[in-house]
Amino acid sequence: MADKEQTTDLQEKPFKPSSPSSKLDLNGFWEYADAPQSADFIELADQYELFIDGKFTKPASGNYFDTINPATEKPIAKIAEADEKDINKAVKAARKAYENTWSKISARERGKYIFRLARLIQERAREFAIIESMDGGKPIRESRDVDIPLAAAHFFYYAGWADKLNYAFPNKEVESLGVAGQIIPWNFPLLMLAWKIAPALATGNTVVLKPAETTSLTALKFAELCRDAGLPDGVVNIVTGAGETGAAIVNHDGIDKIAFTGSTEVGKIIMKSLAGSEKKYTLELGGKGPNIIFEDAPVDQAVEGIINAIFFNQGHVCCAGSRLLVQEGIANRVIQKLRDRMETLIVGDPLDKNTDIGAINSKQQFEKINEYLEIGVNEGADIHQSSCSIPENGYFCRPTLFTNVGQSNRIVKEEIFGPVLTIQTFRTAEEGIEKANNTPYGLAGGVWTDKGSKIFKTGQKIRSGVVWSNTYNQFDPTSPFGGYKESGMGREGGLHGLEPYVKLK
Amino acid sequence: MADRINVLKTYKTYVGGKFPRTESGRHYKVYGKDEEVIANACQCSRKDFRDAVVAARGAQNGWNSRSAYNRGQILYRIAEMLEGRKTQFVEELKPLGIHHRTAQKEVETTIDTLIYYAGWADKYQQVFGSINPVASNHFNFSIPEPTGVVSAFAPEESPLLGLVSVITPIIVGGNSCIILASQRYPLPAISFAEVLHSSDVPGGVVNILTGFKEELVDHMTSHMDVNAFFFTDPKVNKEYRKQIDENAALNVKRIVHHPVNDWSQHQEDPYLVTKFQEIKTTWHPVGF
Repeated sequence: MADKEQTTDLQEKPFKPSSPSSKLDLNGFWEYADAPQSADFIELADQYELFIDGKFTKPASGNYFDTINPATEKPIAKIAEADEKDINKAVKAARKAYENTWSKISARERGKYIFRLARLIQERAREFAIIESMDGGKPIRESRDVDIPLAAAHFFYYAGWADKLNYAFPNKEVESLGVAGQIIPWNFPLLMLAWKIAPALATGNTVVLKPAETTSLTALKFAELCRDAGLPDGVVNIVTGAGETGAAIVNHDGIDKIAFTGSTEVGKIIMKSLAGSEKKYTLELGGKGPNIIFEDAPVDQAVEGIINAIFFNQGHVCCAGSRLLVQEGIANRVIQKLRDRMETLIVGDPLDKNTDIGAINSKQQFEKINEYLEIGVNEGADIHQSSCSIPENGYFCRPTLFTNVGQSNRIVKEEIFGPVLTIQTFRTAEEGIEKANNTPYGLAGGVWTDKGSKIFKTGQKIRSGVVWSNTYNQFDPTSPFGGYKESGMGREGGLHGLEPYVKLK
Repeated sequence: MADRINVLKTYKTYVGGKFPRTESGRHYKVYGKDEEVIANACQCSRKDFRDAVVAARGAQNGWNSRSAYNRGQILYRIAEMLEGRKTQFVEELKPLGIHHRTAQKEVETTIDTLIYYAGWADKYQQVFGSINPVASNHFNFSIPEPTGVVSAFAPEESPLLGLVSVITPIIVGGNSCIILASQRYPLPAISFAEVLHSSDVPGGVVNILTGFKEELVDHMTSHMDVNAFFFTDPKVNKEYRKQIDENAALNVKRIVHHPVNDWSQHQEDPYLVTKFQEIKTTWHPVGF
């Protein structure tokens, strides 16, 4: 195929993604064979009950709802719907466990139970990863390499804190709060469970946790681990259901603390519901993360970072870098490279190990994203989507860029929670920072430049709880995470993640 | 008949480093312990509060950009200025019915509280920040940063010590604030503004209004450009608290309620500083 001239050319310029002249050959060069993760060994029941007081219990109402595989639109199992009566039962069990056992055993033994949970997650990691991908649509590579290992790590980290709390709060006496009511989202089901349950247990509280209605399965599997670990009955209670179940938790008088992760809209409703009550609360809410690329940034790394920032987990990430702010001088180059890189992304079967972007979590979210795509187009923005094929069934969305947008566009202001990136430009650092901060949100932001002082100055000026410099979407149990402004209050992870679960005297 | 007619002081407000009267033109009477009228105070309006928020927002970034060392020095400077005007403040507390020795103690404790927090200005970041040993190749650290603009009620009791104990933990961490002075006895608050004014505190960092809590509480807790609200009332009516919390939900405002029964007991606590701080975590890759 190669004539002499071409060969010489290739030798002079060997293929290297970062060399300016090279471009990926997209015409059939990158065919991947299927690499499915086998799900044969996964055992799922037809129906799942509530986990209350150490036992799987039928819901008082007798109602169940389907949990759907968003990649196939087929139901996987039936999930119990908890109502006020069930919540009441769960809170009573948690209270009893708090008073009779969990607050009585030594901190060291408490920690050992949590270590056990960490180990059990590791032992059954692949099973959890597969179920997570089936139930929530995320690519197996992410659930296997990110969600589940991080969840286990989180339990490991907080287990060790249980008997060391006095070192976390110098000059104070540390007390637990009692019963924590926790409500988690569907984007990182088991990981969010770990973020909630691990610090709560380590600080000596008991828990009533509600997973999101579209992703209950790994939480219920976790309930099995609690049983297997011999965790005293009632220390962890898992109640499934939708918004009404969550409201029953928020409004229950027997709960001392509410921890919520979800949208800012619901967070505000929860704040209103808690108004005038003595309950302590922490909120981890929405975001519209700015990702600032300076002209002196390492462009190819930045492009990888932008891709990771917005397309990780289908863009269902509260801290996603959904607003790209790129300095004018390199804007065209960055956008071209982004488009090229987007073309290589594989959208499809979450259980295929080659898949980069899986299924949108639910029909509801799928419709919401499509609505925003329409809004963007109607607002006059230029849309660009990758040309990849997507499966016929299931909820899939091609990675999308919007250019020609302004600060006042809804797609720039509102959290879309999907694989949709808006691109704006700026001239000076001040303008970039101004645009970055021009939002009621403040969860996370990115900054890309090879100049150290610029990183620190920009990072300092971005009003958000997390700043990723020359990287994006990194998480670790030792590292505090949480928002400024309307992105919430309180921190999860790290030493600072203990504070929401303790009383200091 | 006295040889000389005393010159009475007009008490105004303190906003953006200036001493304006309320835009509303309203006033209310301030009484001493024998129900005698001592002065007229401004009955500030919603507009006054909104103007103060603009001033506070405008000053916050600059104040936060000062070095921690400089903020500490400025707080120390406030204490120095107050020390020099001790007698004036002792005299101003007396009409409340406060005994000379108690008044003196209150002023001295106020000065010491300022010095206590001045010392925290460049230390709380070290005590409450962290370096995080993440499992990946990243340098990762978390530091406290100011929440932003804070509105606050100064306590009714203890019009000087209470006021300063509310202001100081807010501003030491780089926030700016709008304080509603003790309603019953706002005079020391306005005199304290004069101390601030001569202490290198940039205009707008502390704004002091006088007026009625009932009238202003909704505005102070619902304003969309205020990030936190601080109050120390020992007993709070449940409905009242509910209103505050519901207003806060509009922009996820931080509500800090730190009930204090007795201000004569020291109310110094670095953990209070952290109530007006947000933890920021920064990641950077490590490698060649």
